[in-house]
Amino acid sequence: MNLYKNLNKSTQKLLVTIGVIVVLYIVMSVMESTGNLSSLMKGLLVPVCAYSLVAVGLNLCVGYLGELSLGHAGFMCVGAFSSAFFSRVFQETIPDVPRFILALVIGTAMAALFGFLIAIPVLRLRGDYLAIVTLAFGEIIKNVINVMYIGKDSKGVHFSIKDQLSLGMDIDGKMLINGPQGITGTPRQSTFTIAVLLLILALVVTHNFVNSRTGRAVKAIRDNQIAAETVGLPVTKYKLVAFTISAAIAGLGGVLYAHNINSLTATTNNFGYNMSIMILVYVVLGGIGNFSGSVIAAVVLTMLPELLRGLSTYRMLIYSIVLIVLMLFNWAPAILKWRDDHGLTTAAILGKFKKKEVQ
Amino acid sequence: MSLLEVTNLGISFGGLRAVDEFNLSIEQGELYGLIGPNGAGKTTVFNMLTGIYKPTDGMIYLDGKNVTGKKTADINKAGVARTFQNIRLFGDQSVLDNVKIGLHNSFEYGTATGIFRLPKYFATEKEMDKKALEILSVFGLDSSADILASNLPYGKQRELEIARALATNPKLLLLDEPAAGMNPNETRDLMNTIALIRKEFGVTILLIEHDMKLVSGICEKLTVLNFGRVLAQGKTSDVLNDPEVIKAYLGE
Repeated sequence: MNLYKNLNKSTQKLLVTIGVIVVLYIVMSVMESTGNLSSLMKGLLVPVCAYSLVAVGLNLCVGYLGELSLGHAGFMCVGAFSSAFFSRVFQETIPDVPRFILALVIGTAMAALFGFLIAIPVLRLRGDYLAIVTLAFGEIIKNVINVMYIGKDSKGVHFSIKDQLSLGMDIDGKMLINGPQGITGTPRQSTFTIAVLLLILALVVTHNFVNSRTGRAVKAIRDNQIAAETVGLPVTKYKLVAFTISAAIAGLGGVLYAHNINSLTATTNNFGYNMSIMILVYVVLGGIGNFSGSVIAAVVLTMLPELLRGLSTYRMLIYSIVLIVLMLFNWAPAILKWRDDHGLTTAAILGKFKKKEVQ
Repeated sequence: MSLLEVTNLGISFGGLRAVDEFNLSIEQGELYGLIGPNGAGKTTVFNMLTGIYKPTDGMIYLDGKNVTGKKTADINKAGVARTFQNIRLFGDQSVLDNVKIGLHNSFEYGTATGIFRLPKYFATEKEMDKKALEILSVFGLDSSADILASNLPYGKQRELEIARALATNPKLLLLDEPAAGMNPNETRDLMNTIALIRKEFGVTILLIEHDMKLVSGICEKLTVLNFGRVLAQGKTSDVLNDPEVIKAYLGE
């Protein structure tokens, strides 16, 4: 207990978050093994972690770099397709475990590379340019993947942006990326355990980053760019570092997502504009600059529409009402004041917990 | 050789000539004042000296090195730090972190070291904390190290800005109206603080100020700007008795 108290506030919060995630993980695992989990919920376990990861990545960009990105689903898409492609190509040649580790590395690295390349010209500008460019990037990536045809046969790898026939493959050839049908037959290696471990890893990495020398510089640039320059901070360099890490984490989420489904396609709903906005909603609702909040919002808002499926057409209506109510509960000044008066702020609730622990 | 040598500095914004034929020479260890009516171009001179504006004409030499038109961050590394008329602190970070950001270039460890918390991270952070607290204690701010910079009282925010500038280990410190908005007591404290940092940090100071008590009390030399041009230059007592200066700025 003393050891815990010696840590600073943000580290304490990180440990609490990890603790909650571990408890949830154990509960879910027990429910799964005893057969108490519906197949619907079971199917959601890994995607929830994947969305949480992307939300954590976006929060680094929005909350700490202070730049709006409307294309994080695009980085998720890059991570998903590059890793799924890799896994398909080497499905027979590399054993499962090292191949999946490599897929994680490749998906993350590719998303980081794309983030880096986009950020070089854009982050030199001030204003909303990043939002505009990332918005376009997300759409472009999705559309490019939809016209890509890559196949492999005994003669080698064939590539076309027209259709499957123009590849001119032998009969024994197999399709790796089949245009709008995407990648099928990716090995389903993303287990709930791996997903939770990666989520915890991302939370630790982002927490350590924002509390390091580089992270302080990034926050300084967000708070006041001119002042940051006058104390000698290389502004563009640190913006690039932060954005690249943000894109990499989104890519990691993409890898998890891709290795959890049989057929990976790039549609508006999973990697398009809708998804980018969904993830931004998780970040804003969970609290800008609050990584744990992003995870909570991602979990609740992903589960909610699925749990309400029984209500058929009304579910999106209820979903939007819940969204508005939560937003008001978190941000409206009058409600914040009411929560303050009745001891319902996060700080007050956490304080009660601590007192109980001491007793 | 003087620490700062500025020759024929000028800048135009479109058709407006904001500063013209500005010359300045500051010796090592001096406390130099830049005064003049509002809109005379004093802050514009500061912005050119720190690279926020690129001068249209003229040269700036720091310690014999040409720093004209260099990037702000590089000019800071060459040894110029400043404060701002409208305080620009990193408001969402603690007082300690504000100074640690000033120490950024004096202590190195890479981004990966920070993410994976390698031993070097802990060692360097400890040293940075120690050094930052040392600087804060000069201003009596070490007791408020953990509170948010934006929660400090106004006078303390100005001092924190000076502390942050000093953390970058400058040769030349530019103070833009350090006494603005302070009451007479706070101004007196500030004068003592400036005298103290000259002694403790051995830094040369150029300051813009409207408070004549402060200017005549601590500045050794003065330059008076009016409509972007130098009106008078020299020893404080001579300049303040110059009939031109009295007419244009002080009032008869």
